[in-house]
Amino acid sequence: MHKPLLYKLLLIGACMFAFTFALIPFYSVFCKLTGLNGKTANSSAIAATTVDLQREISVEFLATVDKSIPWTFAPEVPRVTVHPGEVRVVNFRVENLTSEAMIAQAVPSVSPGQAAQFFKKMECFCFTQQPLQGKESKLMRLQFYIDPALPAETKTVTLSYTLYRVVAQ
Amino acid sequence: MSTNEHSATAHTDHDHAHHDHKPGGGITRWLYTTNHKDIGTLYLLFSLLMFFIGGIFAMVIRAELFQPGLQLVQPQFFNQMTTLHGLIMVFGAVMPAFVGLANWLVPMMIGAPDMALPRMNNWSFWILPFSFTILLSTLFMDGGAPAAGWTFYAPLSTKYSGDSTAFFVFAVHLLGISSIMGAMNVIVTIFNLRAPGMTWMKLPLFVWTWLITAFLLIAVMPVLAGTVTMVLTDKYFGTSFFDAAGGGDPIMFQHIFWFFGHPEVYIMILPAFGIVSSIVPTFARKPLFGYESMVWATSSIAFLSFIVWMHHMFTTGMPVTAELFFMYSTMLIAVPTGVKVFNWVATMWRGAMTFETPMMFALAFIVLFTIGGFSGLMLAIVPADFQYQDTYFVVAHFHYVLVTGAVFSIVAAVYYWLPKWTGVMYDERLGQLHFWCSLVSVNMLFFPMHFVGLAGMPRRIPDYALQFANFNAFISIGGFLFGLSQLIFLAVIFKAIRRKGVKATDQVWEGAEGLEWTIPSPAPYHTFETPPHVK
Repeated sequence: MHKPLLYKLLLIGACMFAFTFALIPFYSVFCKLTGLNGKTANSSAIAATTVDLQREISVEFLATVDKSIPWTFAPEVPRVTVHPGEVRVVNFRVENLTSEAMIAQAVPSVSPGQAAQFFKKMECFCFTQQPLQGKESKLMRLQFYIDPALPAETKTVTLSYTLYRVVAQ
Repeated sequence: MSTNEHSATAHTDHDHAHHDHKPGGGITRWLYTTNHKDIGTLYLLFSLLMFFIGGIFAMVIRAELFQPGLQLVQPQFFNQMTTLHGLIMVFGAVMPAFVGLANWLVPMMIGAPDMALPRMNNWSFWILPFSFTILLSTLFMDGGAPAAGWTFYAPLSTKYSGDSTAFFVFAVHLLGISSIMGAMNVIVTIFNLRAPGMTWMKLPLFVWTWLITAFLLIAVMPVLAGTVTMVLTDKYFGTSFFDAAGGGDPIMFQHIFWFFGHPEVYIMILPAFGIVSSIVPTFARKPLFGYESMVWATSSIAFLSFIVWMHHMFTTGMPVTAELFFMYSTMLIAVPTGVKVFNWVATMWRGAMTFETPMMFALAFIVLFTIGGFSGLMLAIVPADFQYQDTYFVVAHFHYVLVTGAVFSIVAAVYYWLPKWTGVMYDERLGQLHFWCSLVSVNMLFFPMHFVGLAGMPRRIPDYALQFANFNAFISIGGFLFGLSQLIFLAVIFKAIRRKGVKATDQVWEGAEGLEWTIPSPAPYHTFETPPHVK
């Protein structure tokens, strides 16, 4: 007598448990479409066709190293001013302070979050994992432009990278 | 409580009550019992124990905050205290107390002989002591108990937590299973075991509010289970749900947690609405005003609870559209809640009121819960929330709705139904003393928190700026007094269990109506074996 109802209730519970895990890809897709959490596209964009010479956008760079990896990591310039649509290259210097070889991955985040989808990277060291030998240092290249469709009220865009250690699983 | 002795009335009322099928004597009686009254008693006593343990943790917090600077405990231990205080009070005290009340009352209110799934009932209770033993045992481990707050935000609970995290996760899994089974039992009982003539719109409001609460529990406790599972795998098994290094996002933790968390706060208040809706008509000697609107208000609060979760996250950075949506949807909750408060007031309007202890607690609930509701409205205003976020103003808000709301309603319920459970009237003089001591001290404790919060004192920090010293000393004194006042409650319950008091009549209260008041006091071990007919 009670079993049919009980099974339905159990099914609701199981569905809600599954729903929790379904939220993860849903959230990622939602944020990728809207750029809400400052995540940028993880593949190269093609160049813009127009350059808006009337506007100037200040682009700031932040580089943070996670405590898991004893490297130094810094942009060569902290700030550049660009016209929307104009392609720029900025190099980031990394150095492995230890004497053993390590692999790192840079994870980008754009602030304000709404600007993320207008930050177009044509080439970026963050697309791939970066190996360094012990004591080695190198310059890593970022080539980008700001989409001219960036909302007019946005004058400054900050791109922040955090460098994490990649450990083979 | 009521079942330690054979009751004389039970024999006359039920032909076959020569023996009442209690499982063996001693401890096995309680271990093996499938009787809804036994299990209700176990839940209530367990919750009382947890209320005092969580209270001791709160006393440690208030003792440390009595003066600025660090006096008694280290910051890490202070964090463990705030974390455990929250977890124990939410999952160990308030929720089991409501489940205990549901066990005792739902079958008696709808004319059912027992809960629908008695063995599962036994199981869902006996999981709880194990769950909380596991949780509390972390206090004695290297690295101590979880310290990430009861909201265990990632990465605090993943990257920066101690090894007790695994125990915490397992404890939450267990209590989640217990809650879900309890909720299923309530739903099946209400759907299938109503007495003939007990139609949906005749259900007592306590039963209605619990039915809706049970659905909320089944919907969101699995989400909590999923959240702690992700914390577990992030910490120990190399996944990256909440870790940006692996492509995850710590903000996502907050989305998932509060998708559980907001319905959870209504799980802790809807049964309280049902209790107050039972008590106020009895002592106003008038039927409840607006029964149907109460049912609809409860349902709409339950629905709205699923679309407001981001109001906990206004400062995490979100588009203005989202801020506006969650601000307005949050404020919308004030409408059905206001309907309830007006209905209670209208019930009392021109009633022949008396002020026994349950009524006093119910009246205090209505006033003080409304204060907590108003500070909730203030917090819902996005620009204001940027100021209030993570201050003592928030602490004041949720303690007004949870202590003077949920806890006061539970205390009112215990006073109200204790004569039915034990067969004797509780000590009214002690009850009134308990009420007045609690009322004064609880407001000394929580009201000034509004002011220090507005002035910028952050929550969850063991130290504070000197300007807050006087207020905090006053708050701490209120806290100690409130803690001590609860010892009076303990004395009242102890006396009633020992059967010290005037014998209660079947109806107990002059104005009480409902099936549970038609059976003898104390309620016999088995009731409504032949279903009553409800006209």
